[in-house]
Amino acid sequence: MLQSLLQNILNALQWGSFYSLIALGYCLVYGVLLLINFAHGDIFMVGAYIAFFVCTFLLGKFGLIPGLPGWLVMTLAVPLTMILTAVVGVTLERVAYRPLRRKGVNRLYVVITALMCGLILENGNLALLGASRKSFPTLIPTHVYHFFGVTVTNLKLMVIGVAILGFLLLQFIVSRTKIGMAMRAISYDRFAVPLMGIPADTVIVFTFVLGSAFAGLAGIFFAMTYPVLDPYMGALIGWKAFIAAVVGGIGSIAGAFAGGFLLGFVEIMVVAFFPSTFRDLIAFSILLLILSIRPTGLFGVAKSTKI
Amino acid sequence: MKRSWLIALFLVLVAAAPVRAADTIKLGFNIPMTGDIPDVGESSKNAAEMLKKKINDAGGITVGGKKYLVEFVYEDNESKAESALSAARKLITQDDVLGIVGPQSSKQAVPAAEASNDLKAPMMAPWSTNPNTTKDRPYVFRGCFLDTFQGPTAAKFATEEFKAKKAAVLYDIASDYPKGLAEDFKTAFEKIHGPGSVVAFETFTTKDVDFSAQLTNIAKSGADVLFVPQYYNEVPLIVKQAKSLGFEKPIMGSDSWGSGDLMGLCGDDCKGYYFVTHYAAAGAKGKTKEFIDEYTKLYNKTPDDVAALTWDGANLMLDGVKAMPAITGDMAKDREALMKAMAGIKKFEGITGDMSYPATGPHDPIKCAVVVKIDDNGKFAFYKSVCP
Repeated sequence: MLQSLLQNILNALQWGSFYSLIALGYCLVYGVLLLINFAHGDIFMVGAYIAFFVCTFLLGKFGLIPGLPGWLVMTLAVPLTMILTAVVGVTLERVAYRPLRRKGVNRLYVVITALMCGLILENGNLALLGASRKSFPTLIPTHVYHFFGVTVTNLKLMVIGVAILGFLLLQFIVSRTKIGMAMRAISYDRFAVPLMGIPADTVIVFTFVLGSAFAGLAGIFFAMTYPVLDPYMGALIGWKAFIAAVVGGIGSIAGAFAGGFLLGFVEIMVVAFFPSTFRDLIAFSILLLILSIRPTGLFGVAKSTKI
Repeated sequence: MKRSWLIALFLVLVAAAPVRAADTIKLGFNIPMTGDIPDVGESSKNAAEMLKKKINDAGGITVGGKKYLVEFVYEDNESKAESALSAARKLITQDDVLGIVGPQSSKQAVPAAEASNDLKAPMMAPWSTNPNTTKDRPYVFRGCFLDTFQGPTAAKFATEEFKAKKAAVLYDIASDYPKGLAEDFKTAFEKIHGPGSVVAFETFTTKDVDFSAQLTNIAKSGADVLFVPQYYNEVPLIVKQAKSLGFEKPIMGSDSWGSGDLMGLCGDDCKGYYFVTHYAAAGAKGKTKEFIDEYTKLYNKTPDDVAALTWDGANLMLDGVKAMPAITGDMAKDREALMKAMAGIKKFEGITGDMSYPATGPHDPIKCAVVVKIDDNGKFAFYKSVCP
């Protein structure tokens, strides 16, 4: 019983890591622009596909650089995927969000645009690559370790580690660096900041770079853990990560991180002890309860500063 | 001058339309081209296109002393139950097809069969193994065995082959096919080993990718074998996660494993496992081999069970068309005549084996199942045949 519990805690940490990484991206963009970037889940999907192409390319499936060891492919693929996914995110900002922001339209229209962009990404993928699933190549051999009846793989430990490192890095950037300060300043008052000589657009682009890179990071590790890719893989997980970010207190990085893990825990534990049909029902009832007690989320502060 | 041209054109069109309609026999295909299992749709379409070419190159088929070419209309059901329903309605009411082949999987076939039966259009479900598809529906036919046969076959095989005394099942509760089959397996296994011998009966919901909680329960349950009646896109995830959670016992599957790109997605992880299915491409003989060779030449891959069953299903429906007294052009009358002609077929020799249809009751064929082993080359090798 105890072993099952420990095993499920580990499972939940892995599953929650993905929610956390995606929730961090939502949280960044919301924190700075007060924009719910509903395309974020699909940027995560694009990240997974980019990782797929980068890895098959590096592994020499097309006759380029053959015989590269898997660990090296992974170390190269992670930054490359993050950079390319960031390019997609920034393109989206340039093409869809910035023109609307320039015209000073209501935030509601930007949110609807984000939803639409997500659909374009999904169906663009469907049209370009077809509906067939892609199988993500195995980069590093999976080792299974047993401790006291609990089973861990090297991949599982890596995923959890990456989520924690990602959180710490983001926390550092936002709270300790100059550009992080600029981000917080924009979130505080978007119209006063340019008057201080801070290039608001640069800061906003940087936010998108950071958020999308994290979606790409989540994408590559998700694809390594669950190696079957399909065009709609980002939709549901994106929605759920958004809810996790809200429960954690949207705008707060620690909140998004905690919210992701909380949702992962509740989902895994419900499945472990109840039929799987109860999972979303119980999970989201619990989250609803948390929100009704603390409407600003676990780490949220009522409308003062974001990020 | 201008008006007379228009009148002439109109007359030509009016004169041409019934001629065109009478010269072809239109069959509809209600198949998943997109969605969860697009490879199933592709296989069905490949087999159908190959059949159409073969028939039309030979000059078509003869009904009541008159030659007709065949025409196939493909409708995508997106692997969704509601889309399968609207695809069936569209094929019947708008495209005016004589009969429908498909949907393939039970999740789509069960609702589509209801629509076909209500609208009185013959339907052939080549790959749907859920009993509800044909139950109390005289217009609906089936080309494969039932889950009530497949489940016990799998349970018996697990008992004999792995000496299994305790079994675990992991299945998608939101889909008709895995749910029905999992329950049939459980009933059959508990009949052999006594109640409670299925020690873990775990569920998930369509589109889930993380099965770690369920597989933790399964690994801790002490089961000797894990039965996974899932599709090719879920099996690799389940198999890999089972291994990473330390489950080293045999895993076995059902006929849904054989379709699509299972080995492409699963790689080495699936090798050495067994599944129950309709036919084995490796080592086939006679008509089956001819089909496999021709298909391989055309599409550069070995036909899966869906392709073979679609071929058989469409052929059986066309046999029914040939047995009709004549094509009258009155859709309702022709469809009823086709239904009666198909119901009159008592034995059909297909490439997936002989099918005999019982004289009364639902139109379910009695045919043998094959147990296939995934060998070290990733080929589905014939292992054992189990007949009712």
